[in-house]
Parts: sequence; structure tokens; C-alpha cells
Amino acid sequence: MGSKALEMIGITKEFPGVKALDDVSIHVNRSEILALLGENGAGKSTLMKVLAGVHQPSEGKIKINGQEVSINGPKHSQELGISIIYQEFNLVPHMSVAENIFLGREPRFTTGVIDRKRLRSDTEQWLEKVGLYSLSPNALLSSLSIAEQQLVEIAKALSFESNIIIMDEPTATLNEEETEKLLHIIRGLRSQGFGVIFITHRLEEVEKVADRISVLRDGKYVGSELLQDIDRHQMVTMMVGRELTDLFPVPNKSQDELALVVENLSVKDRLVDINFSVKKGEILGVAGLMGSGKTPLSKALFGLYPDMQGTVKVGGKKVTQPREAIDAGLALVTDDRKDEGLVLGMSVYENLLLPSYRKISSFGVLQKRKKEKIVDRWIKDLKIKVHHSSVEVGTLSGGNQQKVVLGKWLQMEPDVLILNEPTRGIDIGAKAEIYQIMCSLAEQGIAVILISSDMPELLGLSHRMLVMNEGAIAAELEKEDFNQEKIFQYAAGGEIHV
Amino acid sequence: MSKVVSVSKQEPEKVKNKIDWINFLEKYRVVLIFLVLCIFAGFLSDAFFTTSNIMNVLRQVSIIAIIATGMTLVILIAGIDLSVGAVMAFSGAILAGVLTAGLPLWVALVASTAVGLLFGLINGVIVSNFGVPSFIATLAIMVIARGMTLVYTKGYPLVVNNEAYRFIGGGKIFGIPVPIIIMFVVIGVMFWVLKYTSFGRYIYAIGGNEEAARLAGIQVRSIKVAVFGIAGYLSAVSAMIYTSRLMSAQPTAGTGIELDAIAAVIIGGTSLAGGKGGVIGTLIGALIMGVLDNLLNLMNVSPFYQNIAKGLVILIAVLIDSRFSKLKRS
Repeated sequence: MGSKALEMIGITKEFPGVKALDDVSIHVNRSEILALLGENGAGKSTLMKVLAGVHQPSEGKIKINGQEVSINGPKHSQELGISIIYQEFNLVPHMSVAENIFLGREPRFTTGVIDRKRLRSDTEQWLEKVGLYSLSPNALLSSLSIAEQQLVEIAKALSFESNIIIMDEPTATLNEEETEKLLHIIRGLRSQGFGVIFITHRLEEVEKVADRISVLRDGKYVGSELLQDIDRHQMVTMMVGRELTDLFPVPNKSQDELALVVENLSVKDRLVDINFSVKKGEILGVAGLMGSGKTPLSKALFGLYPDMQGTVKVGGKKVTQPREAIDAGLALVTDDRKDEGLVLGMSVYENLLLPSYRKISSFGVLQKRKKEKIVDRWIKDLKIKVHHSSVEVGTLSGGNQQKVVLGKWLQMEPDVLILNEPTRGIDIGAKAEIYQIMCSLAEQGIAVILISSDMPELLGLSHRMLVMNEGAIAAELEKEDFNQEKIFQYAAGGEIHV
Repeated sequence: MSKVVSVSKQEPEKVKNKIDWINFLEKYRVVLIFLVLCIFAGFLSDAFFTTSNIMNVLRQVSIIAIIATGMTLVILIAGIDLSVGAVMAFSGAILAGVLTAGLPLWVALVASTAVGLLFGLINGVIVSNFGVPSFIATLAIMVIARGMTLVYTKGYPLVVNNEAYRFIGGGKIFGIPVPIIIMFVVIGVMFWVLKYTSFGRYIYAIGGNEEAARLAGIQVRSIKVAVFGIAGYLSAVSAMIYTSRLMSAQPTAGTGIELDAIAAVIIGGTSLAGGKGGVIGTLIGALIMGVLDNLLNLMNVSPFYQNIAKGLVILIAVLIDSRFSKLKRS
């Protein structure tokens, strides 16, 4: 191992009311691949944002090549030789590969005209470093596969002459072959002397490329180990090892009657032969990594894929499109509040009423009294904190927005409620309230499908759990036999040895 | 954005005491601009505040205001309709043609509005079922409708001889010109539809966030088709007035009126991005342009200069708009 390329010592980051990072110390050497592990919400992305200069740490030191620095902003971070590749690319689809790599700093003649020849040759040089030998610098970015685009993003990162490369779940959207290729490139970067920080949930990848792992949990540094000194089981234990508190109410007993039956459900490129059912009053957890098909599953149940195969039946009624789904008693709280759940520019009042309008209007004319009764009820029942219902919903906090989404669906009196990441980006208090609501709904006989990447909430609330991997159900586990390690291994596509 | 027909007016009394001055200005700025313009006009010309002049302005504005009302709905769902002027010309030609053929007035009125509605529905189907951007779809329909008008009229005005028909454009009820009454009825109905019916609220929801609307079980496609249908229908209603005023159908009628209508909608504070605004704002937007025209006429300014003035007003309205959105964000 070489000298320390990057060192973060005692980093603490406090947001109002939350300690997102608490005394975290990690480092990466030259020619080393460090895998940074931790559950969602463990603080990995906050830590990376500190490196990117997006957040300033409240306490702690950052050293690059042994020299203490303070990172003022993204540009400064780049100048210091740190390149971060996010899950979402910062590339322009309708421009060429070369233009993307040198966007804003194209080689020019003194006249200001772009030196196309140099642009091309410079681009080729960087593309070679990431193994894209045959790719033309003039190819349109949008004609590239996701994996190739990612490599272009890496080439762009390298072109900034950085020596520390950070990748945030780079393999989440790649298939197996592409992943292999990427891992190969990462090894190549190591041999060229780069220090690489690699964030992933897939432990097999960690075992393949990492030299060392560092683990975060709840914003705290758990420890670092050399890969050769640790096995997968120990890694999981380090990541998980958390006591479940009484955040979760005691779940009720589910009834015997089936609320939702799914048979042979397939959607091209998304879902493979899904079969399961949910009972009334049951909370069915759905676990899986990013890209495992959890969100497509929620959408397929709601009839959002016109080309879906197989059947989804709610209370015996077949569902093929959203209106049918709603009429059959299905409600979907999506994971994307901003783009799918709410009309942000409309008031709390109207968002609460949106699906109900056709129920409460007579011949299309809305009944004011009915409207007000509904709105008052949900604001009160769900404890939505808003000083008046006419306030634009976009101005509310995440937790309150989520309650508005819940309210608008509960008003439809659903039999089956699908919740996709219901507590993402929500503070702990609102989380607890949403858990209470879920349990009381289950008690009333509503079947709840809880799709989540938050392990504690899945374990704490579910009666039964499906684990998804690559669009298929990898395992169905009863409450007695599910534990975090098992779920992790099934989700990662690993073998299970109990 | 103008909040005249907007969401946040459910209980004005309660809301009012919370409005700070920015919100107040934002909400009523179109009205304020209009009032300032009127006061200004009153000082510059003694003839401005006379009943006959006011009626004159309103009557002149009516045709654009009716078309702009349909345009408001289209823009609220984040669309645009360029075909309204051409559809107006074609349905006017049909109206004149049917009357010339000696058929009764009501047949002519039904036929011409049906034609307008049909064109609108075609726009809607192309946009929502085939996913063609509304700018392109309605541009094509505009060219087609204009061409059909020329084919139908052979390029000449069709003169109408039906004296009863003159009433629609030239008649008065209780001293108020009929076009003005039609305009207020159309705007009144649309105001009510937008505010108090589920259809109206769906229009705002679709414009605000189409995906969320779809996931809430709203039949987005049907609503879109209906909105374009209404825009086409209102073009035909305008044609009814226009043709009656001239007692002839002009093949070039309504040329460029789509841009005036869009201008009225934008000056009225409806967002081109959809989801915000309303028809009252549009009426005031149309009135601002009408008063400006009128004032420049009264002051004997050449019509050539009037266009420059109109363009400047549109620019100012849009600049104020972007100022306000920045103010609001900070």
C-alpha cells in the first residue's frame, strides 16, 4: 500500500436537529480500492457530499496527500483532484462524447475556434484509459449504452487530472457483463495509481475488487478491515448490527381472506414471472436492491404497464389500468412524491381531493361541503402540519407531503395499499407516525404492501417478506425466518447457507 | 401568476389576512396594470370614458377574448393551439355557405360550431393519442384548415344575405351589444367550469403534474381531447360573431389571431408551463390589448405604431412575471 491519498479525520456534520455524520474517519491510499459500505441513510452520501464540497463539515479535518485542505465547493473539490461519479450522470445526451468530456473547456485556437483535431485526440486518450478503444469521440452520447455512458463519465472524471475517484453505486443500473467490465476498469485505475472509493450494496463486487472496506452505520464510523481479514457474513454484521427500538408498533394478526392475487406477472425487461398474494390486514414487505424490480412491481400492480403479462386481481377484479386499479380498491403511494405523487403547485386541499373528485361531484359539479369535510378530516387524522389547507403542497416538509399523499388515497377507502419507500427523506418523528398509521390500517383489514430499502422498517413491520433480485422474487420469507443477513444475501443474489 | 381562478382562493377571508404585499401584488397585478392603463387613457383622451367608447372596446375585444378563453384551457394543460384562427375562418365559411344555400339560420349555426368542435377534437386526438407535440399538431391543422377554407370559398368572400343573422354581431339586448354578452357568458361559464367542476380541477392537475394526475386515476387523454375540442368550438363561436359583423365570410379571417389570443393569455398571467392561471386573467389580458389599441386610435397614432406598442406591453408583462417568480423564490 502506498501513502494516503485522501484522509478524512473525525468528520462530523450536523444538520438542524440531526447529526448526519458523527466523528467519521476514513482514508484511501494511492493504488487502493476502498469499498465504503453501509445501509441507506448510514451517511455515505453525506460523507461524499462533504468531499464534493457541497456540505461543509461541522468538525473534522480533510487531508489530501498529507496536506490539510478545506473544500469550498464542487469546483474546488475538482481542482483538488477529487472526482465523484454520481448515479445520475451529468452528461448532455445530444452532444458527442468528445464534447461531453471537454464541455466548457474545449481546446481552442487563439481565435477562439474549437480545435477539433485536438479535441478528438485528447478524447481518444482518455477513452483508452477506461477501455473504450473502439468508441468514436464523435459518437452521440445518446447512442451509447448506459454502461458506456458511465465509462464516458469516468473518462471525463479522469480528464480533470484527478487522483481520487469516487463512485456512488456505479453498478446499480448495469447488467452482469457490464458490471464485470466496470470492475475490470476499476482495477485498471488502481494499477495506474488512483485511489478509488467505491460505494455499493453488492457484497460480491466488494469481494471482487476492494482492497479494504470501511463501514458506516447511522452516521457513525463502525470500522475498517482489509478484505482478506473478513468474510461476507462479518461485513453484513458490521453494516447491520442495530437494535430495533420500539419505533414499530406491535403488528396485528392478519386475516385469512385474500385481498390481492398476482399470477405469472411479467413485464418485458422489468419483471419476471411474479407470483404472490396478500391477505387482508397483512403487511407484506418487499425488499431488494436498487434496480431489483421493486418499483416496476408497484407500477405493474397499479396497471401502469400496458404490455404486462399475467394477472393482477384485487378482490377478484382484474386490473389492467390505473382507473380499474383504483376502482378495484388499490392505492399506490409512489416513491417519487415530486414527480408522481403530488401536484406541487396545487394546494394541500386540492391534492387531498384529486382522486376523490369523481366520487364527490354530482354531474361533474363539486360539492363544497363534502370537499371541506374530507380535507378537514385528513388534516386532523393524519396530523398534517399546515396552517391552512390552501397552502401550496410544495412548501411542506417531506413528512407532511407524504401524509398528504397518504390522505388522498385513504379517502378512496382502498382495500390494498401499496407504499413504495413511504419514509424516504422523512425525519424520524414523521416516520414513527407513518408506521403507526400503517399498523392501524392493517388492523382495519387493509392489505399493505410495503416496498422499502429501509431494513429496520421492513423487519419491524412486515408479517411476511418478498425479496426481489433482477426482476424476480428471489425468496418469500415468513416472519419467523427473516433476518437482515438472509435478506441481504438473497437480495444480492447470493447463495444461502444456514 | 394570476391567481384569479386559482387554488388558493377557497376561503378568501381567512387567507386574506395572511397575504403579504408580494402575494397581493402577484395576485392582482394584471388588474392593477389594467386600472393604471385605464386611468392613464382617461387623462390622455376625454373620449375614453364614454359609454359608447367602452362598449366599442368591449365589442372589439370580444372575438379575441372568446378565442383566448379556449386558448387558456389549452395552455393550462401545457399545450398550445395555433389552429384557432384558421378554424375560425373555415367554420365562418361553412356558416356563410349554409346560409347562402338557403337553409335556416339554426342549421348554419349548428353546422359551423360542429365544424369548429370537430377540428378541435382532431387536434386533441393527435396530441393525446399519438403523442404529437401540440405546437406541431395544431400547426399542421392550421395549414389544413386554412387550405380548406380557400378551397371552399375559392378565395373569394362569401356574402351573407340573412338579415336575422345580422343580430349576432350587430344587435343589442338592453342596449348591450350581443357580442359582449356572448363574451361574458363564455367567460363566465368557463370560469365556473374551471373552478367548480371536477373537469376543471383535472385541467389544473394535468397542467401541474401530468404523471401525478394519471396516477390519481384521471383519464388524462380524454380531458386533453375535450380541452382542444372546447378551443375549436369557441373558435367557431368567434366566427359566428365575426362573420355577422361583416355579413360575409372572409377566407383570410382570423389570420394571426392565434398569436393575439396567446398574448392575451400570457398577459393575463397564465403560465405557459401549465397548471396556473385562469380565464379572468385572460379577459383582462385581452382588455389591456384592446384599451391600448383604442387609446392609440383615439390619439390618432398610426396603426403601424400600434403593433410596436402591443409588442412592448407583452414584453413588459412577461418581464414582470419573471421578476415576481424570482421575488417569490427569494
